[in-house]
Amino acid sequence: MPDDLSPRGPETVALTLTVNGASHALRVPAWTTLLDLLREGLGLTGSKKGCDHGQCGACTVILDGKRVNSCLVLAARSDGSEVRTVEGLASPDGALHPLQEAFIKHDAFQCGYCTPGQLCSGVALLQEGHTRTEDEIREWMSGNLCRCGAYPNILAAILEVARKEGRA
Amino acid sequence: MRPFHYERPRALEEAIAGKTEASRFLGGGTNLIDLMKYDVERPASLLDLNRLEGLREVERDREGTLRIGALVSNADAAAHPLVREHHPLLADAILAGATPQLRNMATMGGNLLQRTRCYYFYDRLTPCNKREPGTGCPAKEGVNRIHAILGTSEHCIATHPSDMCVALAALEAVVVVRGPSGERRIRTEDFHRLPGDAPERDTTLDAREVVTAIEIPARLYGRHHTYLKLRDRLSYAFALVSVAVTMEMQEGRVSRLRVALGGVAHKPWRVPEAEALLEGRGPEEARFGAVADRLLQGARGYGHNDFKIGLARLAIARALHQAAAATPQSHVAKRIA
Ligand SMILES: Cc1cc2nc3c(=O)[nH]c(=O)nc-3n(C[C@H](O)[C@H](O)[C@H](O)COP(=O)(O)OP(=O)(O)OC[C@H]3O[C@@H](n4cnc5c(N)ncnc54)[C@H](O)[C@@H]3O)c2cc1C
Ligand code: SF4
Ligand code: FES
Ligand code: FES
Repeated sequence: MPDDLSPRGPETVALTLTVNGASHALRVPAWTTLLDLLREGLGLTGSKKGCDHGQCGACTVILDGKRVNSCLVLAARSDGSEVRTVEGLASPDGALHPLQEAFIKHDAFQCGYCTPGQLCSGVALLQEGHTRTEDEIREWMSGNLCRCGAYPNILAAILEVARKEGRA
Repeated sequence: MRPFHYERPRALEEAIAGKTEASRFLGGGTNLIDLMKYDVERPASLLDLNRLEGLREVERDREGTLRIGALVSNADAAAHPLVREHHPLLADAILAGATPQLRNMATMGGNLLQRTRCYYFYDRLTPCNKREPGTGCPAKEGVNRIHAILGTSEHCIATHPSDMCVALAALEAVVVVRGPSGERRIRTEDFHRLPGDAPERDTTLDAREVVTAIEIPARLYGRHHTYLKLRDRLSYAFALVSVAVTMEMQEGRVSRLRVALGGVAHKPWRVPEAEALLEGRGPEEARFGAVADRLLQGARGYGHNDFKIGLARLAIARALHQAAAATPQSHVAKRIA
């Protein structure tokens, strides 16, 4: 492969993005990931960078209704999209999302580093409806690692909300 | 990541015309962006396919051929009613791979073209014939637990990591591609290649060709199928060995058997002679070992991966049992039936 690395054209990409209901018109270098844009560009540091390689789930956000690892999404690719991050889970009046309440009740975190990703993944999971059994929740949450090992408590929190919503 | 030029072609023709050796098509990006962060891929430009029309359909024609567009996400393909009804094997194999988040991004085309997970390939500080032809293959005498046991060459012993492609091989799918000189249809078998003396080439796709769809011919295997994936963890790990089986039955006899292995070679591994050992007779358990032996004929380990030969033998027999009994492996309840 030729090692011609000089970009042949504009190095920045213009995009519009709606994040937690607020729309933004931005210009970013082409190689910016959605995660870096959220954290560095928009100051939304809730989404975490654990591995930066799609392996841990700490950067999970909900992009156009689907959970994704924002560390592997090019910001340029999400032009025109709607993003929901952990900062956008609570209602505008500050009332927590039922899953956030359940995480507190079930002590579903220790250091909290994986929590924003767990929450976004869990909220999407409830929408997807893969919450019929404990096995199913475990399998469909397997993309979110927790080094503190809060898994049983995370499972309990998701299961409780799924039951309340008639999804388990 | 190194700087690159980002383009968003508006039509397929524009994407093909803009493609050079030094540029890459962007699908879900889950493999490409990762490799760019490791500086293994250094494209001068990315051609983002995601806005192209006509590559997101899932359709079934009158002959029963299922056609899945190259930009359909792995998640959408696995959840699609036509896929679930007619090719549950494909849905199972996709759902056995990666995670919900990754499958939401990953595309059918990108999954076909994902690159090996060989540790040396990922590590720019080591030589690797696949990454830099002619530099050598440290895996042969190095850490090779995840490496191939079949179809290897002295130049490379990497495996193709995809679960989906193992199912596609058992389903005898066809990859539809388009390039400067028009459309080509490539059997999955001929799409991925063995390393030989050119391990830098994973597939027979030309640099300027784009994958547009995957087609799967009608098959009536009902519940006589399975995707059995064995790995270090129960979820979220690449296969050490996997087996995809479709077993078509007629009046108690196996009328067509297809078995493909994953995790053991540079491409999904099929051996028609092994399949023929069961065709035309009942699915006799006593013959499963012979099928496995024929599939694994010529297998050799490189040290850490020696265990794969014995593991594959057992996995093949178990997968044949599951297909014969019409009890496909569940990817949620992990107990192996
Ligand atoms: C942490 C992790 C775990 C994983 N676990 C598994 C697993 O267990 N099993 C498994 O099977 N996979 C696994 N994967 C791999 C995943 O399935 C692939 O990364 C994904 O399928 C690639 O699809 P993509 O659309 O994101 O490809 P991209 O990254 O966009 O592209 C991959 C390659 O294909 C090329 N390309 C893309 N689309 C086209 C097209 N239409 N025509 C021509 N070229 C094209 C790109 O140029 C690039 O070279 C894992 C990945 C990660 C990061
Ligand atoms: S096995 Fe293939 S990919 Fe791995 S180091 Fe050897 S040449 Fe490179
Ligand atoms: S930071 Fe994205 S998956 Fe780990
Ligand atoms: S709470 Fe510490 S990593 Fe999950």
